[in-house]
Amino acid sequence: MVVISDIIVQGVQMLLVLLLAPLLTGYVRKIKARLLRRQGASVFQPYRDLLRLLRKEVVLAENASWLFRVTPYITFAAIWVAAALVPTFATGLLFNWTADLIAIVALLGSARFFLALAGMDVGTSFGGIGSSREVMIAALAEPAMLLIVFCLALVAGSTQLSTVSHLLASSYVGLRVSLGMALVALFMVAIAENARIPVDNPATHLELTMVHEAMILEYSGRHLAMIELGAFLKLLLYVSLIACVFFPWQIALYGSGALSYTIGAGAYIVKLALAGFLLALFETATAKMRVFRVPQFLGVAFMLGLLGTLLLFVSRSF
Amino acid sequence: MSAVALQMVCVAGLLGLAVLAIVLSRSKVATTIIYAATLAVSAIALIGAARSLLGGAGATALVLPVGLPWLGAHFRLDALASFFLIIINLGGASASLYGLGYGHHDPAPHRVLPFFPAFLAGLNLVVLADDAFSYLLCWEFMSLASWALVMAHHREPGNAKAGYVYLVMASFGTLALLLAFGLLAGPAGDYGFAAIRAAQHTPSSATLVLILMLLGAGSKAGLVPLHVWLPLAHPAAPSHASALMSGVMTKVAIYGFIRVMFDLLGQPNWPASAIVLFLGSITAVMGILYALMEKDLKRLLAYSTIENIGIVFVSLGLAMAFQANGLKAAAALAFTAALFHALNHSFFKSLLFFGAGAVLSATGERNMDKLGGLIHRMPLTSFAVLVGCVAISALPPFNGFVSEWLIFQAVLQSPELPQWALKIMVPAVGAMLALAAALAAACFVKTYGVTFLGRPRHAAAAGAHEVDRFSLAAMFILAALCLLAGILPGLAIDALAPVATQMLGSRMPAQASQPWLSIVPIAESRSSYNGLLVMVFITLAASLAVYVIHRLASHALRRGPAWGCGFSDATPAAQYSSVSFAQPIRRVFGTLVFHARDHVTMPLPGDLRPARLRIELHDLVWSRMYAPIADTVGFLSGRLNRLQFLTIRRYLSLVFATLVTLLLVLAIWS
Repeated sequence: MVVISDIIVQGVQMLLVLLLAPLLTGYVRKIKARLLRRQGASVFQPYRDLLRLLRKEVVLAENASWLFRVTPYITFAAIWVAAALVPTFATGLLFNWTADLIAIVALLGSARFFLALAGMDVGTSFGGIGSSREVMIAALAEPAMLLIVFCLALVAGSTQLSTVSHLLASSYVGLRVSLGMALVALFMVAIAENARIPVDNPATHLELTMVHEAMILEYSGRHLAMIELGAFLKLLLYVSLIACVFFPWQIALYGSGALSYTIGAGAYIVKLALAGFLLALFETATAKMRVFRVPQFLGVAFMLGLLGTLLLFVSRSF
Repeated sequence: MSAVALQMVCVAGLLGLAVLAIVLSRSKVATTIIYAATLAVSAIALIGAARSLLGGAGATALVLPVGLPWLGAHFRLDALASFFLIIINLGGASASLYGLGYGHHDPAPHRVLPFFPAFLAGLNLVVLADDAFSYLLCWEFMSLASWALVMAHHREPGNAKAGYVYLVMASFGTLALLLAFGLLAGPAGDYGFAAIRAAQHTPSSATLVLILMLLGAGSKAGLVPLHVWLPLAHPAAPSHASALMSGVMTKVAIYGFIRVMFDLLGQPNWPASAIVLFLGSITAVMGILYALMEKDLKRLLAYSTIENIGIVFVSLGLAMAFQANGLKAAAALAFTAALFHALNHSFFKSLLFFGAGAVLSATGERNMDKLGGLIHRMPLTSFAVLVGCVAISALPPFNGFVSEWLIFQAVLQSPELPQWALKIMVPAVGAMLALAAALAAACFVKTYGVTFLGRPRHAAAAGAHEVDRFSLAAMFILAALCLLAGILPGLAIDALAPVATQMLGSRMPAQASQPWLSIVPIAESRSSYNGLLVMVFITLAASLAVYVIHRLASHALRRGPAWGCGFSDATPAAQYSSVSFAQPIRRVFGTLVFHARDHVTMPLPGDLRPARLRIELHDLVWSRMYAPIADTVGFLSGRLNRLQFLTIRRYLSLVFATLVTLLLVLAIWS
């Protein structure tokens, strides 16, 4: 019985993230538009975009190989599994124990690995420029992310997200310098990983400014839909990660009944709305930076992560 | 027959095959016979070693009445040796299987065939040796046999230099090892490992031994800055021999390091671990940066070996630090991670070298910038190589991720360390490892993307064809092992427990008893990872997505030309090449590490001269360290050369002066 209810709760979580992900993106776009005094498209536009893409035919480049066709599914699956590992409204879910934060980072790494390969597959300069810049950004963002993971793991004594979240939800931890640094660093990494301003601009199709969009330029139809959904999920994943680690208020504990699960879900949605608003505010307030300033931006995140970790190595009470 | 005797019989068999290869050398069937027989012998040795490791039988020893008259030659098979014999013979068996097909492309088989089994015999003997004399002798034998393999195609440009640099570095390494064993044997001069183990070693001699071992074993393994020979020599050999040199011989060097530092010296001290951690982390990052800048497929793989050796040394350094402070569980974790990574590296590096060999035999090219599009022409090879690339980039659910995960878990144990120097150093080392892992992923996106994807950049790549069955079988077996070790890591960790117990007196918790085949580094409450479930979930999620999409979405599919911004007939040369792919990373790291400069010559509009881009990269280790040494040696030998042409009168006065000086020294001394 316990296993069945676990599976149901886990299934609800996986469906929830899948259903909420496009909404979050649509919401961020809407807020951005409103901040720029534009009307903006409906918050449900991403769903419509996905459905429209699904109905369209796929145009494959003549040179595309099988890798190009399976990559959208691999990428989507890896991101979805990673998103399922992050506690959203409740900790201690079934999947939470199969892998830890390091594995989540690596799963996102797998998704990017295949996308970057797919960018090289067709053999145009666009795919190449996108892939090469994407791996450059990742080569800096991933170590920064791992240092943040170290930081959290040293505070919580575990790399298991459920444990981290559970512990930080209790009053035992309190405010810490190292956690503050980790939060800022994680925010910067999230900006870079999700191809947001100031690192990348998902809204343009101008060749010189785009990174992620250049890499997936050759995709169309259902393949593009999978990749877009993966990107939506990734944004949701990072927001959930920040929420569950740094703001784990009202998150339901394992097996605590339907009521607290509902409260947890409500709190989660409020957190998403707040995070989406802050992201939109940040994005409208900054301009995109040159590609070769990104290393400096991520270098700051890397250094913050390293400093936080060092502080914790020196003393557990920082 | 005892386990060690079985191994020695296998070694004798390999040596016999080397002789047979000389006899058969130029006949047509020689290739098939030698590789098939080597495969059989390696398989027997592999089974023997695996039985001895898993069976839990104690160490078995054997003394042969050869070698130094009063010493004999001691051989011993214990858990550590069994583990490394598994790596060697698995590598040997897969390389022989590969050689069954690949060997037929060899223009001069008689240059390779005798040395291949001899090299394998040498590798086996080093691990089995139980006294310093046999160890050094076998080490030299291994080095010389591999040197012969490096020189197999000695007329190709660059190979002569590779052989020369290799010989110099190998002699230097052996010299360091000789001195290390001399110190270990002490004034009593007992060269048996049992006696060395029993003796007491002073801290100063232990430190000297560490430095000498880092020079000796480190130069063979490819620690920065002793790595310079490796990217020259490893690619020069035929590809299956390259796989053995990169995937296996570097492991034998690691074996030597472990044997001396953990077994013979006894308890390690923490400053030693700091040195190892420092060198290991520098090696990891430098190795992968070199690889990123490289466009020769096999040289790139050799540089990536340097990175992996760095990772192994980092985790050995962690094990030494924990062991020195009596943190038994953490030491076992770091040590097991090191061994596991060494095993994993032997799987995927052999696989990738086989893949490079397949590309080489199909196209005749090692320069990635002339390849491309091979995924269409060599589908099976490209699939196997893709598995290797994913595994070496430490991505789940493959094996590379598991060992790196274990190392990160070990790093997280280190706030327990009492020394401030280590407390501050280990997070930085962890950051370097994370950087190396991320750069490795970038490097293998480049490798695979440029070589196998895109459009062919050259006629050779356009006319490529799939390789033979034996080569494919060898690659697919290794690819399967990469996946198996990734999804069932608990079994591998449990198999390594006897080695950790023997070396450290502690082991990781038994993983087979964990629910759902998860692995846990210290205790369940801390962290866990389950490769099998991760793979099942990814497969399920992907299948679900495919099922739903194919039910709901449009099936229409059309092939069309790629979008070229209105300039659709771009030549394949306009694709991203390995050099342009690495350009962003070269700008970020290269200016610092390689003093990289891009020189662009852009003619004015209307001028018909082509625009040119020249990239200037400096290997600082070579120019700052080796070049001055070589210059000094050259200068001194030029000066001393005059001594050859002295008159008899001058010679006599020289002898007289030396005699007087010596007598004076003696007089003052006493």
